[in-house]
Amino acid sequence: MIAIQHSSLMNVVMIGCIVVAATFGDVLIASAMRQIGDLDTIKEKHGLGGAILAVITNVRFLCGVSAMALSFFSLLFALSHADLSLVVPASASLTVVTNTIAAKLFLRENVDKRRWLAALCICIGVVLVAH
Amino acid sequence: MTFRRYLVLAFVSVSAPFGDTMLDQGMKHIGPVSINHLDTLFHAVSTPWIAGGIVMLIAFFASYLTALSWADLTYVLPATSFGNVVVALLARFWQHEHISLTRWAGIFLITAAVGFVTQGPSYTEHERQDAVPVPDTAMVPEAKEVCR
Repeated sequence: MIAIQHSSLMNVVMIGCIVVAATFGDVLIASAMRQIGDLDTIKEKHGLGGAILAVITNVRFLCGVSAMALSFFSLLFALSHADLSLVVPASASLTVVTNTIAAKLFLRENVDKRRWLAALCICIGVVLVAH
Repeated sequence: MTFRRYLVLAFVSVSAPFGDTMLDQGMKHIGPVSINHLDTLFHAVSTPWIAGGIVMLIAFFASYLTALSWADLTYVLPATSFGNVVVALLARFWQHEHISLTRWAGIFLITAAVGFVTQGPSYTEHERQDAVPVPDTAMVPEAKEVCR
């Protein structure tokens, strides 16, 4: 009984780590890409090398990648303990909700009713697909 | 939104589920990783399944970055979530697994979500963004929608 409770708590912590790190990563990277601008336009002006350079020299992007790397290793750790069918859908659906909230708060995106409805549908949909 | 941009979003949807499935395959070969031996995770990166998964996820990341350079995060999110539908469809038509009504309902909801979002504008244009590229965009109070 105690082992089951410990396992459930462990799953919650592992999924929580993935979600928090992924949300930080997504928001920082989205913010960096907004700061850099349209990559297609940059590529036209400065070539592929110029576009890559613009991305990898952006501090916000590098912070975002670090957060995504943390999320990635948290995912690997979680996959070695729990089932794919639990870890990926649970973390994915929660990340959609936290990303939508973070995009509204930090990126000032125009998250209208349509996007909130989409986030809700995705969240429920991912849980249903996992069953 | 051009046809090419929709193709980029489609690739975002397909590459991530393939990468995740390869990672799962690799980690199942390695077995449970103890919290006292986290260096096993770094060793895992050199195994074929994990390396293949990483290549797929790098391809996903490149297309994801491209999409984020001309679309909102909340516009790109449904495309990444559509990957769950791709996994379920692969399971049904490639692995011949049974898909329950509940799972079909989930697939319908995610597909509907993608439909909702793609009907709307893809990008929130912030005022003075071009004039002042460096400051945090989160501090810009006024925002308006544009269709690109």
